[in-house]
Amino acid sequence: MLEILLDATVRAGTPILFATLGAIINERAGIINLGIEGLMLIGALAGFSGTYLSGSLLIGVLAAFCATFIAGSIHALITVQLRGNQIVSGLALTMFGVGVTALFGKGMVGLTIVGFKRVAIPGLSQLPIVGKAFFNQDVLIYFSFLLVFLIWFFFYRTRWGLGVRSVGENPAAADTCGFSVSKYRFFAVTVGSGFVGIGGAYLSLASTPMWIENMSAGRGWIAVALVIFAGWSSPRAMLGAYLFGGITAMQLRFQAMGTTISAHILQMLPYFFTILVLVISTQRLQKGASQQPEGLGLPYDREDRK
Amino acid sequence: MKLVIERREISSALLRFSAPIASIGIALFVAGFLLLASGVSPLDAYREIIIEALGSVYGLSETLVKTTPLIFAGLGVSLAFRMQIWNIGAEGQIYIGAMGATWVALFSGIQNHWIMMTAMFFAAFFCGGMWAGVAGFLRARWQVNEVIVTLLMNYIAILWVDYLIYGPWKDPKGFNFPLTAQFSDTARLAEYFDTRMHSGFFLALFCALVLYLFIERTVWGYEIKVIGSNQRAAKYAGMNTGMAIFFVLFLSGAIAGIAGFSEVAGLQHRLQHGISPGYGYTAIIIAWLAKRSAIGVVIVSFLMGVLLVGGDSLQLLWQLPVAFVYAFQGLILFFLLASDFFIIYRVKLIKGVVHA
Repeated sequence: MLEILLDATVRAGTPILFATLGAIINERAGIINLGIEGLMLIGALAGFSGTYLSGSLLIGVLAAFCATFIAGSIHALITVQLRGNQIVSGLALTMFGVGVTALFGKGMVGLTIVGFKRVAIPGLSQLPIVGKAFFNQDVLIYFSFLLVFLIWFFFYRTRWGLGVRSVGENPAAADTCGFSVSKYRFFAVTVGSGFVGIGGAYLSLASTPMWIENMSAGRGWIAVALVIFAGWSSPRAMLGAYLFGGITAMQLRFQAMGTTISAHILQMLPYFFTILVLVISTQRLQKGASQQPEGLGLPYDREDRK
Repeated sequence: MKLVIERREISSALLRFSAPIASIGIALFVAGFLLLASGVSPLDAYREIIIEALGSVYGLSETLVKTTPLIFAGLGVSLAFRMQIWNIGAEGQIYIGAMGATWVALFSGIQNHWIMMTAMFFAAFFCGGMWAGVAGFLRARWQVNEVIVTLLMNYIAILWVDYLIYGPWKDPKGFNFPLTAQFSDTARLAEYFDTRMHSGFFLALFCALVLYLFIERTVWGYEIKVIGSNQRAAKYAGMNTGMAIFFVLFLSGAIAGIAGFSEVAGLQHRLQHGISPGYGYTAIIIAWLAKRSAIGVVIVSFLMGVLLVGGDSLQLLWQLPVAFVYAFQGLILFFLLASDFFIIYRVKLIKGVVHA
């Protein structure tokens, strides 16, 4: 029972994990991206179409990354180069994503592909309780584990990562030190968006191997909230994403057991908990448990430098 | 040769006025390629939109029918914008407002038309207001990000209305469809000219006027503007910013809630799934395009009404998904944001070597 629930938790949490990691990369560079929901949809459709047309799951994932990399570059262009309002641009990206995927996904509705298969890691998958949930999964889930580590390593052990963090914290100081604010920000927004796209592709290539209009169903917004819960750190993002995976898994379990509670009420739970978690983590933030990037949400113009 | 970007000393009024129009124009142009890619001739599609939405009395009445909820929701969102507060939850507030009005219509037993209308109005006003007020409270008390809270509450609101119409409020005589019973005539707004147009439209115009006077002519309206532009200064001046944030989000949600009242009392005459096909999201664009002016909201709402009516006919003619309108709206916002840059900055092409 616990094993099954834990397995469902990881599978439901993975798309949110990718999206949260992508959003963290954006915000570390100082750019708020409210386009996550739209990017997930673009990733889901691009991933599905790529796989359907080529027959290769790898090409699907790459297509998802590239499509959202390009879509993310619209947000980057507007917020970084043109110094536009980040909130409005992100909302526009979400609307654009919802609309464009509905339009181009029309022909993909009802088609099927062979999705990702589980690959057991010898030895580790035999571990009691956690073995099945973490080490008898598909390749994308293993990639998400790796990505959590790589992002941490990138931010705290490489010069580029330092550059991204510093343009997010204090762009004027970073500029003075010779980091190009616009280049680092552009890079963070586009690559971050690309990982969000892989989260979307997980929905259409692994969770349910098909394309359904609006299939992200608010997961992108949950990811935006989880960034604050995670305190902009990738290992904590993992914790947050699995927390929500767990709630989703339990909700589905309840429904399968045939409770008398309405399915509509049960479906509210993830959104309700996101708000609750957001309230708690905002308070932790106020108390200084984690630190929001200082320059978050502010456009940078060299002329404004003091 | 080198591109140089410099700030304009004075922003030109002509540019500020023409930028939104140019943005819509360029968005139409780019959306044309999306239409082409899905096998529809953009010129045919645009002609169809204009003819369908403006070419006949019936078309025009349908446009006004769609303009009505957009004005309410747009006014609500733009009121919050005034104070730099983001109400992304107008969609949910419309649903909860409609729920409040429906509750009065079905269960209050009021017999008098005017008392019924007033009660439904205030039920929608209060329900929509409290729904947004939750986000207002969380923001005022603990600085919780209102963008995320208002947005997530949309999902909860829609699921809650679904719960009601699939469960306790389902019409016993409705052949098991997820709908409430039809309202009696006491609970319906007047309709005109044999069309679906109803008095909610005039209520919306009246609302715009009241809001305009409230913002421009009262001390409260002034405080909202001051807090919006400089919260610290407002605090020094002795304004209760926390209370004001709650109050503005409450009022913002309440006005969006009236859209719910107008939709169920004027148009649908019952509560059902999809009473708002995204009016609350379109309202965000309306508020941004209208630059927070109440009159601007009315004009832009009408434009968006044309687009929505036209979008419906594109769906019928070419089976384009309704959500296509979102792609177009997203494009308008992108170009609008981009055009802001050219209002503030000037881009110059300088020949020869530039010495910085």
